[in-house]
Amino acid sequence: MAKNKNTNIFYDPTLKKRHAKARYFKFFTIGSLAVSLLFLAIFLGDMVSKGSTAIQQTYIKVEVKYNAKSEKSYRKAVERKYLNLISRATLREIPMKIKNDPTLMNTTEFIWMLADDQVDMYMKEYYYKIKNKDLKTLEHLIKEDRVEKRFNKIFFTHGDSKTPEYSGILSAMIGTILTLLVAMVFAFPIGVATAVYLEEFSEQNKWSEFLEVNINNLAAIPSILFGLLGLAIFINLFGMPRSSALVGGLTLALMTLPIIVVSSRAALRSVPASIRQAGYGLGLTKVQVVKDHVLPLAFPGIMTGSIIGLAQAMGETAPLIIVGMIAFIPDSPSSIVEAATVMPAQIFTWAGMPERAYIERTAAGILVLLTVLISLNASAVYLRKKFEVKW
Amino acid sequence: MSSFQSKNKTVQLQEDLIKYFLIVAATISILTTFGILFSILFEALEFFKLKSFFYFFTGTEWSPGTVDSKFGALPIFAGTFIITAIAMSVALPIGLGSAIFMSEYASSKQRTILKPLLEILAGIPTVVYGFFAAITVAPFIVSVCKSIGVEASFNSALASGVVMGIMIIPVISSLSDDVISAVPDSLRKGSLALGMTKSETIKDIVIPSALPGIISASLLGISKALGETMIVVMAAGLRPNLSWNILEDMTTVTVRIVDSLTGDQAFNSPATLSAFALGLTLFIVTLVLNIVSVRMIQKFKEKYKMSSL
Repeated sequence: MAKNKNTNIFYDPTLKKRHAKARYFKFFTIGSLAVSLLFLAIFLGDMVSKGSTAIQQTYIKVEVKYNAKSEKSYRKAVERKYLNLISRATLREIPMKIKNDPTLMNTTEFIWMLADDQVDMYMKEYYYKIKNKDLKTLEHLIKEDRVEKRFNKIFFTHGDSKTPEYSGILSAMIGTILTLLVAMVFAFPIGVATAVYLEEFSEQNKWSEFLEVNINNLAAIPSILFGLLGLAIFINLFGMPRSSALVGGLTLALMTLPIIVVSSRAALRSVPASIRQAGYGLGLTKVQVVKDHVLPLAFPGIMTGSIIGLAQAMGETAPLIIVGMIAFIPDSPSSIVEAATVMPAQIFTWAGMPERAYIERTAAGILVLLTVLISLNASAVYLRKKFEVKW
Repeated sequence: MSSFQSKNKTVQLQEDLIKYFLIVAATISILTTFGILFSILFEALEFFKLKSFFYFFTGTEWSPGTVDSKFGALPIFAGTFIITAIAMSVALPIGLGSAIFMSEYASSKQRTILKPLLEILAGIPTVVYGFFAAITVAPFIVSVCKSIGVEASFNSALASGVVMGIMIIPVISSLSDDVISAVPDSLRKGSLALGMTKSETIKDIVIPSALPGIISASLLGISKALGETMIVVMAAGLRPNLSWNILEDMTTVTVRIVDSLTGDQAFNSPATLSAFALGLTLFIVTLVLNIVSVRMIQKFKEKYKMSSL
């Protein structure tokens, strides 16, 4: 057999080595893809393991006394030994509760009160800091079944708070919605109009070339520089309110613009010329052809691009920090000129907090944000699949 | 006849109005670029009136808070450079390898599954990467270093660089994938027919043909790494540190911009204005990188006479 090979003039003695090299190379490419997917898996697993515990929050059943003393000082509302175990934020509401409902006066009530964040950390088996005396009380309470983990409604119904157990993502969510609303109201019409102009109306000249290069460059400018623009122009020059959804939205609109322009142009380009020619043949004007025939046909593509742009704007943080959208916002903003914060900025502020309980909140906030983003992107893909026309 | 004409006139007017509206809309993108350029430029000039231009680029001491404040940005540029280099050394091999697998080895079925998965990496907000870097990767690096007896900072350049690299993988892989797929099949077939193995074909024929596109993708990745903010704000340090040790804390241009604009100083103090000087540098560098990148892609398109990529 070996003899045969040697007489074959096409036999290459290095062939075995070369094939081995080819195999190694293939392994390398598979390996690199596997590594990137592994990163994704580790990352998602890490977030889920850190954030999933925030679904539940610890509550403690204690006797609350409604009387003149507790109306004056919330510290008197529960027995002294429980004071450190219960969330300050809910205790502080007791005087208000008495004021709003005077019939409660001089009564006592066994209710489930929100536990302090350290108690919550203890229950979730994280690192905790509780004094020995309080720990004994807590263990006693656990034995009596007076400590319970429940669904964390507060996280979805409250804004930010200085006490971790009482903080939620609602005000950041509303801030995100307001900011994105402002961004899309500006970016969508302007972006689509720019795309229509470039694709349908402009002639190939220096001006349109310049516009095109400009839009490409705009897409590659680091996002933080848009924040500098927002600060220098919208806030300092136009005097718009700092940290408001208006300024944040306008800044994001400028960032989303190139994404919408590029995807809308691609959608317009995919509409075949025969449609336009048929329109002209029937005596329609250029505007009529574009408005009634080309745009409706390109619309699914435009929507897909806009949703992707929206998703990107939603995850943006850096420019919004520059325009001041990292303020402490306990109550949801009700208009676009009020100070607001957005979900990524809320994640950023929580990530910087020293208390361990905020880590859980941060990861939970990230899970909420990622869920919204992935469903936005999935709906974009679905739209594209459903309305895609093969010409 | 007259009604026909008048209708034509209103139609004409409408058409003109719509056309003007479209032109105005298109101009806004230009206004934005110039808005960014001028707003940064004017504030940066303000800064250079107060502080030395030369020292900004060559000085090694950055002390904005003190009375006799000094603005030597060299350590900041060095930190940015080192973190970008770490990010690229993670992103380039992995991104390129993934792109080669997807375009050369994977079946179309595998592609339809793998491509969206990689795109998830691109869709993750940078603040989330920053949290991951600060909470998971940095402590991991510190504990690994401790076990081999080396000291590492919790704000190490390595942690933020590696996570930034993960973030840039999809930038490089998706553009390289497009470019490699666009290399004409006749080149591959010719090479295989001459007895080259598949990997030799890829290494000696396909990659060199796609090289302008791959360089373009890398430049885009570098520009993304330079401008990345949240990861370094959360995981890299604040201290300008001129060092080659990637286990130490370092700071970047973007971190300093955020830090000086979220403080309480007056807007026209040199400490705040320094953000705009740094911003201007960042703007110019990323703009040049992007222009070169676009040129490269154009070269590639012309070579293979492609209309769209």
